[in-house]
Amino acid sequence: MDIVIAQFSNTVTVILMVLGLYVVLARGNLIKKLIGLSIFQTSVYLLYVGPGKIIGGTAPIIAEGFDVYSNPLPHVLMLTAIVVGVATLALGLAITVRIHEAYGTIEEDEILKKDGDA
Amino acid sequence: MAVAAAIARTRNLFAAVALGGIYSFCMALALLVLDAPDVSMTEAAVGAGVSTVLLLGALYLTRIEETPNHRIALTPLLVSVVAGATLLYGAWALPPFGDPAGPIHQHVAPRYLNDVVKETGVPNVVTAVLASYRGFDTFGETVVVLTGGLGVLLLLRGRRRPLSKGTAPIGKDAT
Amino acid sequence: MHRESIPRVVTKLLFPFLLLFALYVQFHGELGAGGGFQAGVIVAATLILFGLIFGLRAAHLVAPPWIIETMIPLGVLIYGGVGVAGLLAGGNFLDYFVLDHDPVHGQERGIFWVEAGVLITVSSTMVAIYYAFAGRGR
Repeated sequence: MDIVIAQFSNTVTVILMVLGLYVVLARGNLIKKLIGLSIFQTSVYLLYVGPGKIIGGTAPIIAEGFDVYSNPLPHVLMLTAIVVGVATLALGLAITVRIHEAYGTIEEDEILKKDGDA
Repeated sequence: MAVAAAIARTRNLFAAVALGGIYSFCMALALLVLDAPDVSMTEAAVGAGVSTVLLLGALYLTRIEETPNHRIALTPLLVSVVAGATLLYGAWALPPFGDPAGPIHQHVAPRYLNDVVKETGVPNVVTAVLASYRGFDTFGETVVVLTGGLGVLLLLRGRRRPLSKGTAPIGKDAT
Repeated sequence: MHRESIPRVVTKLLFPFLLLFALYVQFHGELGAGGGFQAGVIVAATLILFGLIFGLRAAHLVAPPWIIETMIPLGVLIYGGVGVAGLLAGGNFLDYFVLDHDPVHGQERGIFWVEAGVLITVSSTMVAIYYAFAGRGR
């Protein structure tokens, strides 16, 4: 039972990651795939930020009276990753919209079928 | 997690997007608990705010319902479960949660934490590392955001070309 | 036109405070939680909220698209300009120590301008993406 508590953050990370992976693989709808991709992405945030936490520590803002701080480096990386993530999400959505205009559908199998017909 | 599972199940894309907003907000709370207020703030504004609006905009431009497929997607399920089991097996060998002796806390973090006020005069370590120690990285990230924005503008700015009904618009003239 | 009066009034009330909060996050980011990325997305979310409630045309009046689209590369240029300023002052690219006589003040100055560049690029990119999606529908 100890190991479950010690690895709780990593376990949640893995479960979220697998859920995201499943949505990306199993769903044919392109927007659904993008949502799955963002779930995957948030699990990566947890993967980075989780180990950076120290029990009894505080946020990495230097102030008097605190000695133990969380690791600031993962926070920096994830901060930029979130903003870049929304930019890439928007790019994916833009491509989806263009695909919908060209094919009239955003389902993967229907697109492939139309490609086969043409 | 429950919210994420609901996203995976629902067919209605509108509900999925709304659940995505809730999910982002939960994630922001989790990050706050993990002592990352900067990241949490960004996630709340981006995940629950901006990207939900963008998804809704994309839904408005496409369509709301996902077509149901009744066959059970066995292969993706199998791949996901195997990948998850492998990851769990690997993750349990990692150092335990919240351990100050973990290797992540031994490398450059102590230097950042100890010297940051002396060297930059900025008490928020995240800002200092972001802008100063890792200025090159952040420059790259800013350029990536710029590129993403430019890509969206290029894809969506032009006039919508009217599609003639009945003819396959793609493939005929492209090949 | 006067349906949905509650969201309209609340948005009108909140709008200046949200922008003020973004500025606070931006300039107080060195002391508390915050910085260019956070302030940028808050500004963008505020403008997007305004656009959602009052319509795209009103949002275009508040923040004209050409200004937004000029601001996207402007932020990157400010960021790069700080780096080049470090070069001109005799240091390395993105070296802030040389920006002032006192190295610590130079750091503070460099971080300030870099964060300003990030704020401008991030906020304007988000708003531009929103405009692109919303303008596509009509």
